[in-house]
Amino acid sequence: MSSNKKYWKSVEELNENSSIVETLKQNEFVEEIPTDEFLGDKETLESTSTTRRDFLKYIGFSTAAASLAACEGPVKKSIPYVVQPKEIIPGVANYYATTIANGFDFASVLVKTREGRPIKIENNSLAGTHGSANARVNASVLGLYDSLRVQGPKQDDKTISWGTFDAETTKQLTEIAAANKNIVLLTQTFASPSTDKLIAEFSEKYGNVSHVVYDAVSESAALDAYQAKYGERGLADYDFSKAMTIVSVGADFLGDWQGGGFDSGYAKNKVPNHGKMSRHIQFEANMSLSGANADKRVPVTPTEQKLALAKLYTLIVGGSVSVNLPEHIDAAVKKAAAELKAAGSKAVVVTGLQDVNAQTLVLEINQVLGSKAFNPSTPIKTRQGSNAQVAQLVTDMKAGKVAAIIMSGVNPIYTLPNAADFAEGLKKTELSIAFSLKEDETSSLTNYIAAAPHYLESWGDVELKKGHFALTQPTIRPLFDTRQFQDALLKWTGNDVSYHDYIKNTWNSDVLGGASFNQALHDGVFTSVAYAYNGASSKTVTTSETSLKDKKERTWVGGVIHGAAVGIGLKEEDKDEYITTTKTSTIAGSTTVNGVNVVSGVAAAKALASSAKSNGLELVLYSKTGMGDGQQANNPWLQEFPDPISRVSWDNYLTVSKSDAEKLGLENVHVATGALDGSYADVTVNGVTLKNVPVLIQPGQAKGSVGISFGYGRKLGLKDEMKTGVNAYELYNNFETVQDVTVKAASGMHEFACVQLHNTLMGRGDILKETTLEIFNTKDKSHWNPIPVVSLNHEETPVTSPDVDLWDEFDRSIGHHFNLSIDLNACTGCGACVIACHAENNVPVVGKEEVRRSRDMHWLRIDRYYSSDDTFEGDNEKKDGFSGLFGDNGSLGGFGEMEHPADNPQVSFQPVMCQHCNHAPCETVCPVAATSHGRQGQNHMAYNRCVGTRYCANNCPYKVRRFNWFLYNGNDEFDYHMNDDLGRMVLNPDVVVRSRGVMEKCSMCIQMTQKTILDAKRDGRQIKDGEFQTACSAACSSGAMIFGDINDKESKVAKLKEDNRMYHLLEHVGTKPNVQYQTKVRNTKEA
Amino acid sequence: MKQVIHRKLSKNLLRSSLIILLAFTTVLSAQEGDPAKGKSLFNANCAACHQLDKKMTGPALRNVEQRLADDEGLDRAWIHAWVRNSPGVIKSGDAYANKVYNEFGGAAMTAFPQLSDDDINNILAYTAQEKAAPAQNAAVAVTGTDGGGSTSGVSNEIVLGALAVLFILLALGLYLVNKTLRRFAAAQNIELPETAKRTPLWKAFVQNQFLMIVVAIFFLLSSAYFVYGYLSQVGVDQGYQPVQPIHFSHKVHAGDNGIDCKYCHSSARVSKTSGIPSLNVCMNCHKSIYEYNGETSPEYSKEFYDGEIQKLYAAAGWNDADQKYTGESKPVKWVRIHNLPDFAYFNHSQHVTVAGVECQTCHGPVEEMEIMYQHAPLTMGWCINCHRETNVAVKDNAYYEKIHEELSKKYGVEELTAAQMGGLECGKCHY
Repeated sequence: MSSNKKYWKSVEELNENSSIVETLKQNEFVEEIPTDEFLGDKETLESTSTTRRDFLKYIGFSTAAASLAACEGPVKKSIPYVVQPKEIIPGVANYYATTIANGFDFASVLVKTREGRPIKIENNSLAGTHGSANARVNASVLGLYDSLRVQGPKQDDKTISWGTFDAETTKQLTEIAAANKNIVLLTQTFASPSTDKLIAEFSEKYGNVSHVVYDAVSESAALDAYQAKYGERGLADYDFSKAMTIVSVGADFLGDWQGGGFDSGYAKNKVPNHGKMSRHIQFEANMSLSGANADKRVPVTPTEQKLALAKLYTLIVGGSVSVNLPEHIDAAVKKAAAELKAAGSKAVVVTGLQDVNAQTLVLEINQVLGSKAFNPSTPIKTRQGSNAQVAQLVTDMKAGKVAAIIMSGVNPIYTLPNAADFAEGLKKTELSIAFSLKEDETSSLTNYIAAAPHYLESWGDVELKKGHFALTQPTIRPLFDTRQFQDALLKWTGNDVSYHDYIKNTWNSDVLGGASFNQALHDGVFTSVAYAYNGASSKTVTTSETSLKDKKERTWVGGVIHGAAVGIGLKEEDKDEYITTTKTSTIAGSTTVNGVNVVSGVAAAKALASSAKSNGLELVLYSKTGMGDGQQANNPWLQEFPDPISRVSWDNYLTVSKSDAEKLGLENVHVATGALDGSYADVTVNGVTLKNVPVLIQPGQAKGSVGISFGYGRKLGLKDEMKTGVNAYELYNNFETVQDVTVKAASGMHEFACVQLHNTLMGRGDILKETTLEIFNTKDKSHWNPIPVVSLNHEETPVTSPDVDLWDEFDRSIGHHFNLSIDLNACTGCGACVIACHAENNVPVVGKEEVRRSRDMHWLRIDRYYSSDDTFEGDNEKKDGFSGLFGDNGSLGGFGEMEHPADNPQVSFQPVMCQHCNHAPCETVCPVAATSHGRQGQNHMAYNRCVGTRYCANNCPYKVRRFNWFLYNGNDEFDYHMNDDLGRMVLNPDVVVRSRGVMEKCSMCIQMTQKTILDAKRDGRQIKDGEFQTACSAACSSGAMIFGDINDKESKVAKLKEDNRMYHLLEHVGTKPNVQYQTKVRNTKEA
Repeated sequence: MKQVIHRKLSKNLLRSSLIILLAFTTVLSAQEGDPAKGKSLFNANCAACHQLDKKMTGPALRNVEQRLADDEGLDRAWIHAWVRNSPGVIKSGDAYANKVYNEFGGAAMTAFPQLSDDDINNILAYTAQEKAAPAQNAAVAVTGTDGGGSTSGVSNEIVLGALAVLFILLALGLYLVNKTLRRFAAAQNIELPETAKRTPLWKAFVQNQFLMIVVAIFFLLSSAYFVYGYLSQVGVDQGYQPVQPIHFSHKVHAGDNGIDCKYCHSSARVSKTSGIPSLNVCMNCHKSIYEYNGETSPEYSKEFYDGEIQKLYAAAGWNDADQKYTGESKPVKWVRIHNLPDFAYFNHSQHVTVAGVECQTCHGPVEEMEIMYQHAPLTMGWCINCHRETNVAVKDNAYYEKIHEELSKKYGVEELTAAQMGGLECGKCHY
């Protein structure tokens, strides 16, 4: 029976008069195939002398020739030095201590060089301050090999010589000076004694010179407050290792707050020690690293933060300010105040509000508390910019009052909100010079681009904190024809000495006080004792009394001179503990700093409270861990670095709370491939609109607030692949990180490259174990860190028992047996280890598209988990309470609910790399035995043996194996550092670069352990604990990652293995990993 | 400092003895002296700055006495004084002494107060010898033997030729005999029996299927064997002997002159690479070794070697005539012989310093190689064999104490091989 049913493929076919349907009946395609386009015009085609047969002949010949040529092995040349420098031995690394000071990141670091090429940044353990490199500093070595650097001085797009540059600029400067016009030096914060001196000399010579310091992300409010109170421009120096109670109001002090570098001190008290650990309360709007690590996080909008801080001030210092806060926040503030008071001198309060009053209040609170964590005698010098001066400069320039501007280390056209005004002013100058690594947004508009060297090619000195100095020394000859700003200043002032000599002279006369310059250069740091605290300003009267805490018996080991123990004479536990009781009587008054009127005391609290007005949504601008202020935007490592909180790479975005997103009609969806898509929104601040900002729904974002990060949306001086995100500086009005904003949904969806799509732990406590300090202190290990059990003969047997093991145990007691311990308490999620791993192991960058396909190559990832209840504990209880599939306690609906993070979730970070299982599931499934186990506990991967079946990745319970889907080096499709000769100079010569089609993974830095062993063998000695390191453990400044040999029973890691907090990831699988985790303990107990 | 003072003291002493010496020396004494002793003294004391026939740091010294006597009218006594205390002579205002002093850039000759009159006379006797031309003689001698070789070749050819003629005559004779016999047979009507036609051997072979199968299998197997052999030698460059930009003879350096390998390849002791010596290492010796005086052969003559030394000078930017660096150097692009693939990690110091393996174990008889070549196959099988057979040098190495004790107990052996130490694990070389 035939049917009359009509089948149709598209709705269009139903339309009888459709021309498309008619066309398609005749042709395969609707439009004619544009063959002419690629065949060219007919005439040329016909007149060509190459026939089809010729063409085939050519093809045949060239194929044959190519295959013949390929038969012969390549001839490799080896070119030794003519005169080999005596400190260079090919194949042996040299280390140099230097300091990065790029205006945003300041750190004393060690630079590893091989055959004269810097290849890696490491922490400088000699540095007393800023000695730990964050992710950006670790990645900064790649900036040296940036193929887009300016390679020589330029005048209006023409390359000129330095001779011409000197002659012309000196002439113009002299003319300008003679005409008594203004010369402005607009620079980053150098914090450099020598540069300051040089600039003073320059001013003296040319007269009418003003020096404006400009920080792209300003800390001006804190600087003004500090200056008003202590009479010196600097930032308060906090040592969180001396604080047991920390209250932060909007300060991401584990991130980039006030220059960063506080995380290692913070982590020290984060680990429970004799039942005690610090307690951290965070009031914030955006979910920051600090909020994620806090024991208690209160999401509050910036307006409420101001009120909360004013309230906190009245509760601790006194005075009365009428503050109207929602009940739960009010309660939280009261509790925080009580805890602070209880902790007394072991408490500290910090704030990130860019408000002079807020900063003043915090200084006063800490003073009243007598906080030991706050040391007013050593202000931090790494931010010195003044908002008022920068604003004034732009006005002056626009008015044509500035004749010459010389810039160094700044990019105002990109970072200023009123960049258009600045550009207009720039046109009115007679002479504009930019010292820059790049032809960026600013330098491309100036008369001269003075090609500047990278910090690894420069000399320099920095005063990180008062009395804490550091030196920058070149670690490689300048790659290009560059000159640093200071050398140019020397030229302009007619000084013939090199900047190196100049620094040496300055140090010998002003800094060293007789100490050796070479020693300081070797160490990279120098701490001067000559500097003394020069007192508070007259506005605050401080009386301090120091007394011995208790008069206990003390064991004297060494001698006593002038009543003080000498050297290591006194046992640590017997060291005198002094209590400083500080009484402050603050006179409410006002000081004027840089044109900013600073009031203090209750007046400041009142001013702060009254300034707290909100008109709807508030935007909080912040800097991301990966990108910072954006000067390293052309760094593929940092672009691909997943943000610790959002786990998104290659983007910035508008973070919105879930309820606000629903109100505004914004959404995040997972598409079929598993990738994340987000709505677009138009963000308007003060009449300026950023169009099509991708939206990311951020759990924990305070309702009524949204956030965007700086550092993205660069347009010039970077490869097309790196032109990602939107420029949030356009919204940075008056250098206020908090702005009133309107957000409107826009059409279209943004494709994110997010590396972690599952946000919550779903109550799987065996992945991330967490407990509270109370339980940890009072209950047995079996309660909060039980070993999983399996049934053997109907009896519960722990999985660690050999009876339930399928495998024969290999005796690992002989030789080294490496273990890596990861303390979830100490890990702040900063990501320095991720970049260090990239640098050490030549991990390729794959680009946004590939990351979106989950083909990221990170050997080490830091998983971030949100709890779906208020706490992870709550998750576990909820999961355990499931009964049946359906119903109120049904697992079906229950698990669905658990996929959504709470409004204010707890957050935990968990670094995961290859677990180096002793009973590795990957090894048994490899058909070619490319992955095998070593006696030292490492799971080896022989890349040259791998045929790419990917069985191992399928069988890995931890999903740490990475497959090379493409050739990531020397491939134009992946135009990152491994695609140019310059960028490849960063590769570690001891680690092979993997090819397409092979599996790779963490090797537990076997090249480093093997080197340590070889060094010991050569010296004929045993290896001490601490000598064995991996790239990640060496980069970890918080002490979260400890690496070592567990067969050395005295080693730290062997002791950690026996610690009660120790557990293995997915222990019930029975893989016996060589990576241990230490259970996270949260100090949730409220005062 | 002490030495300097001492030297100055002796200088003064010598200066005072100068006059006495002058009085007693005569021109006749020039005939005295033992050239053989003089040669060893010359090599020990003078050769660092002087050559007989070439200006170096100091002037050429052949026939110096004669020359001084003829040109400057200076006698042996002056030479004695000069040798023992040249700064003194210069200071005394001696015209010729100051001339020489200025000619050589104001560098005074080291004083040799320890040399006695006899010593100096011996040295002078050595310098008075006529220049020998050993290199040329050797070359003549070689051609001589070549000639001898060719005469013996001629006689062989004659013998062989005679034999060949003999065989041809013999074959001809046999043919003629056969022909004659057949003619006789035909003449006497004797029929020669016809041999029956049999299946030719090859046809029988082809028809036998069993044999064909056996042969086919044999053929396939053997071709597979050869294909496998061919494929497994792809990338194995044993015997690779490229032409280098400078003919550097390891035989001359390490063999004839017995220079330690690690003198030039010093980084082998501490680094993963053995290091190709930089040119300044070459120049340590070749500043004073400007010509080749060793054995030669027709292929590698003295001129050839001297030419190679000139190439070194050009590369290092050394002006031999002025004894100065010009500053215009160009690095030598050596062709790398031992190419380990990137995925294999090899560390020289582990093998050279820790294990104490001789360089020759892997690199072969380098001291006999006129042109360097790759001795070992550098295949993984070759590495592993050695690791299986070689014992770890644990003696006097505190690192190995514990592990050696425990492992030797475990394996029940006294000496541990590298393999037992874990030297066969993949990750030890592949990362």
